Amino acid sequence: MSVMAEKSVYEQLGGEPAMAAAVEVFYRKVLADEHISHFFEDVDMERQAAKQKAFLTMVTGGPVHYSGKDMRAGHAPLVKRGLNDSHFDAVAGHLKATLEELGVAAPLVAKVMTIAESARADVLGR
Amino acid sequence: MAKVKHESDWYPLESGESVLDALLRQGVSIPNACRAGACQSCLMRAVAGTVPEAAQVGLKDTLRAQGYFLACACRPPEGTQLEVTGAEALRIPARIQALSSLSTSVLRVRLVTDSPLAYHAGQYISLVREDGLARSYSLASLPHEDALELHVRLQPGGAMSGWLAQDARPGDRLQVQGPAGSCFYVPGRPEQPLLLAGTGTGLAPLYGIVRDALAAGHSGPIWLFHGARTPEGLYLTSELRALAEQHPQFRYRPGVLEGGSRDVAEGALDVLIRAECPKPLGWRAWLCGDGPLVLSLRKKLFLAGLSLKDLHTDAFLPSVPTGQRSSDAGAR
Ligand SMILES: Cc1cc2nc3c(=O)[nH]c(=O)nc-3n(C[C@H](O)[C@H](O)[C@H](O)COP(=O)(O)OP(=O)(O)OC[C@H]3O[C@@H](n4cnc5c(N)ncnc54)[C@H](O)[C@@H]3O)c2cc1C
Ligand code: HEM
Ligand code: FES
Repeated sequence: MSVMAEKSVYEQLGGEPAMAAAVEVFYRKVLADEHISHFFEDVDMERQAAKQKAFLTMVTGGPVHYSGKDMRAGHAPLVKRGLNDSHFDAVAGHLKATLEELGVAAPLVAKVMTIAESARADVLGR
Repeated sequence: MAKVKHESDWYPLESGESVLDALLRQGVSIPNACRAGACQSCLMRAVAGTVPEAAQVGLKDTLRAQGYFLACACRPPEGTQLEVTGAEALRIPARIQALSSLSTSVLRVRLVTDSPLAYHAGQYISLVREDGLARSYSLASLPHEDALELHVRLQPGGAMSGWLAQDARPGDRLQVQGPAGSCFYVPGRPEQPLLLAGTGTGLAPLYGIVRDALAAGHSGPIWLFHGARTPEGLYLTSELRALAEQHPQFRYRPGVLEGGSRDVAEGALDVLIRAECPKPLGWRAWLCGDGPLVLSLRKKLFLAGLSLKDLHTDAFLPSVPTGQRSSDAGAR
């Protein structure tokens, strides 16, 4: 019997090195977007980039594990600062643009966007 | 409750308190300055117990492995028991060889260490005075030169800079701890364009890095932007112009906010940089000096396409007065 586990998008993209490249592209888009950049400004850009990498790894099905509860707790301070659907949509848009810019095939992009969308309620604390 | 043992006494920590704050609060004297994990003056060593990872950020692997940590960044979880000692073992005795002025507000300090200090031009050291006063300064010298060279800006009411300017004399003894920091030239890509930018004495590490890169035969363009409020804040201008004449790949660009002239551009540093280096993709950059300026320049250069791994920064964070808790300092 041959049961082959389906490769995650993360693996198909090229794993950790691909994430390291993607995070710069993504982080640049986020910082340049005045609608959401204030959530991401950090004295320590490396620390912030590491968190964005965790984000990208998560939505591509890579080896980081956050429960819905972690997502709620992690974003709760941002919800207090007014995080809403418009910000979520902006982040999702930059995620999509990043993947497209890196040449990720459309069906894979769609998969990632589904995973990201599934986190909406937890991220927005609903 | 977490607690810390120092010289045979145990000291309790309040919840969330740093080892530095707890020891200072209870009357133990520990060298410190920035209280934000940037200057490494508060280096200590854990001889028993484990310190949180965050307390070792920025330390060399060899120091980490020996249990060294930054006391200001060390907030052990409840229940931790730590036994700590100072970093005296890492300090090298030194004497002041010469003191001279580079401008009305900048002092050049030359130091000779009793034993050789292995460092890269552009890294920084902590100067520790006999009474324990500690401040960090960047190295403008090259390792093969016979003295360590520091550029110290005179800070009104400044404890270390005031002492160096008024009371210190050649022959006086101090201790040197370090080196630390990642602001230095790495050979291997001689064609890569380099961008160096700093304000005030942020020139010190850059002066070291430029000369190091040129000595290593760097052939790609090397841009040095030195900013000051007024022309009086610039220094080493003739040395740098002479260096630029000898090395066509080196471009020296002094700039001021007011009082520009034919030789000195007028405008904000980021604007001057953008005008001459609009697309720094694939470059390596070093940014040193005033904290907020360094951080905002870093963000702008990152957005302009520089990769985070090619962006090296030293923010010259000021000292935080004792009595003020590092958690209230707002330095980060
Ligand atoms: C990594 C690193 C590298 C450094 N390299 C250099 C260097 O190469 N050359 C150099 O001149 N300095 C450098 N500094 C700064 C230096 O360590 C001291 O903070 C500085 O010399 C002032 O020390 P002081 O004892 O003279 O003044 P302090 O007694 O510490 O300060 C007196 C008062 O002035 C305030 N103050 C001090 N500096 C500032 C400032 N910049 N802006 C606003 N308020 C301030 C203090 O908070 C205090 O209230 C560096 C700092 C770091 C963290
Ligand atoms: C697609 C949905 C999202 C997912 C799956 C997600 C996931 C994550 C993850 C995994 C982290 C790292 C947590 C850590 O390691 O501490 C993180 C941090 C962060 N996220 Fe999100 N995120 C999402 C949406 C958003 C949105 C819409 C914003 C704001 C506009 C946002 C802002 C942040 C910030 C600022 C941090 C860093 C927090 C800190 O500094 O501690 N995220 N996110
Ligand atoms: S690093 Fe701890 S006081 Fe500066």
